Amino acid sequence: MTRLPKPPRASEITPEERYLRRRELIKSAALFAGTAATFGSGLVALTGGGRRASPVAAQPLPSGLVAAPPPPPPGGQALSGKNPFVTDEPRTPFEDVTTYNNFYELGLEKSDPAERASTLKPRPWTLVFEGEIKKPQRIDIDVLLKWFPVEERVYRMRCVETWSMVIPWLGFPLGKLIERLEPTSRAKYVAFSTLYDVEQLPGQLSDVLDWPYVEGLRIDEAMHPLTVLAVGLYGKSLLGQNGAPIRLVVPWKYGFKGIKSLVRIALVEKQPDATWNKAAPREYGFYANVNPKVDHPRWSQAMERRIGDVEKRPTLMFNGYADEVAHLYAGMDLRMYY
Amino acid sequence: MVSPALPADPSPAARAQKKTSGKLAWLVPAVVTGGLFPAAVLLLRAVRKDLGSNPIAEALNQLGLLALVLLVLSLAATPLKIVTGWNWPIRIRKSLGLLGFFYVCAHLLVYAVIDQALALRAIAEDVAKRPFILVGFLGFVLLVPVAATSTSSALKRMGFARWKRLHRLAYVIAILGVVHFFLRVKKDATEPMIYAAILGALFAVRIVSFWQERRKSAQ
Repeated sequence: MTRLPKPPRASEITPEERYLRRRELIKSAALFAGTAATFGSGLVALTGGGRRASPVAAQPLPSGLVAAPPPPPPGGQALSGKNPFVTDEPRTPFEDVTTYNNFYELGLEKSDPAERASTLKPRPWTLVFEGEIKKPQRIDIDVLLKWFPVEERVYRMRCVETWSMVIPWLGFPLGKLIERLEPTSRAKYVAFSTLYDVEQLPGQLSDVLDWPYVEGLRIDEAMHPLTVLAVGLYGKSLLGQNGAPIRLVVPWKYGFKGIKSLVRIALVEKQPDATWNKAAPREYGFYANVNPKVDHPRWSQAMERRIGDVEKRPTLMFNGYADEVAHLYAGMDLRMYY
Repeated sequence: MVSPALPADPSPAARAQKKTSGKLAWLVPAVVTGGLFPAAVLLLRAVRKDLGSNPIAEALNQLGLLALVLLVLSLAATPLKIVTGWNWPIRIRKSLGLLGFFYVCAHLLVYAVIDQALALRAIAEDVAKRPFILVGFLGFVLLVPVAATSTSSALKRMGFARWKRLHRLAYVIAILGVVHFFLRVKKDATEPMIYAAILGALFAVRIVSFWQERRKSAQ
């Protein structure tokens, strides 16, 4: 004799009304899920941004280039933590240095330059040296690199947007190059230009800034031993997003002074144009020295966040290089010449 | 003759009404779930350290943008109904507005608690000295009473006319949001201008419909 299954309890029985509506319930559930998923993922797509660029492989420096030790600190101190040429602060990871960049010629988002850098071809590359010099010339980057030994400089880099990094650059002092070009007595300033080529730097198709990007330094700033032309970082050649193949690094100034992918250096008599200064003169000065006491109109410069940190830290006068460079600005009102 | 003992058959109109609301019962939960989805994604990415090199700035940007998008969407409900005659946008208007408020609060909290580490002096200085922060803060302050009176009991308590007047602030708040965004960007103002254009279009629909109503009632 077979036993019949136990009849279900009354509470388990689907109410008739609900049984009759089952198709409608399933339809509602599907509509709920579909709408929630579409709306939610639409919002994420619209506002999610910030895709992280994938890590990139850098090339070793051109063969034959060996990094020389940095010069001893001025005043003959021993290589202690106080060496301005090599800070002993923790270095910002290579991945952050090469994926979080401002280089509008390769896009406006921080991740754009790393993603789009392949359009920029760092070889062959010619630089023009002209203006108030006795030896104007065009020169191939690989010839230029044979003129000077490459040194490692570990500098703080403070962006005007209140974030900062510590970057081990490879480069040579700009002052050595200028000496070799033999400036005339009329040379008071140095003017720099980035490559202007919409094929290689397609961001130049947009009119967000005046192209090419130009920058300038006073000649004493340019001759300062801290000022370098960098050709690499972390022991490798510069990547496009960092301004390959050669860029300016002035560690006591905001990052935007560090003009990238240089093709022209001219010694000039009058203060040259600087791109951001021209774009928004009230916000970005020609000098752009890191100064915690002079605020940007839209944010305070008193603090900064080192990439990788959560807590902010106080910003140091001249980005911590005051002992080395403060004398360049003796007697100047830094609120006026910001 | 119909026996009085039998339950009265609901009128076809009432039945249709009930059916519609039953049919759309999934809509508000779906909007709220979908609206909270980006917060969950953001939280997950933050926990996995997947927000890029400057995660705090990234979180601030995303939360601010989400707040703006949702507030603008909530303002789009009425114009959408005017243009299409659909009723469902009105049903999700409150949810969209409250989701916007949720993201405004999250944006402000990340700024105050994580970015500024609750340094009240620095925050007060920011609000006083930087127009873009002042404008954003003002938007938040105005949004609080609007969000607090979003319940139907608040509507009853206040009376419809007063309630409606207060809730017109939503437009002012959205404009403040766009201005906050506009003052924040460094150079490329395309994105804030897109939001400004959308707000302008929504305004235009309301103004045109207001005139049409007035002409109709004047005739």
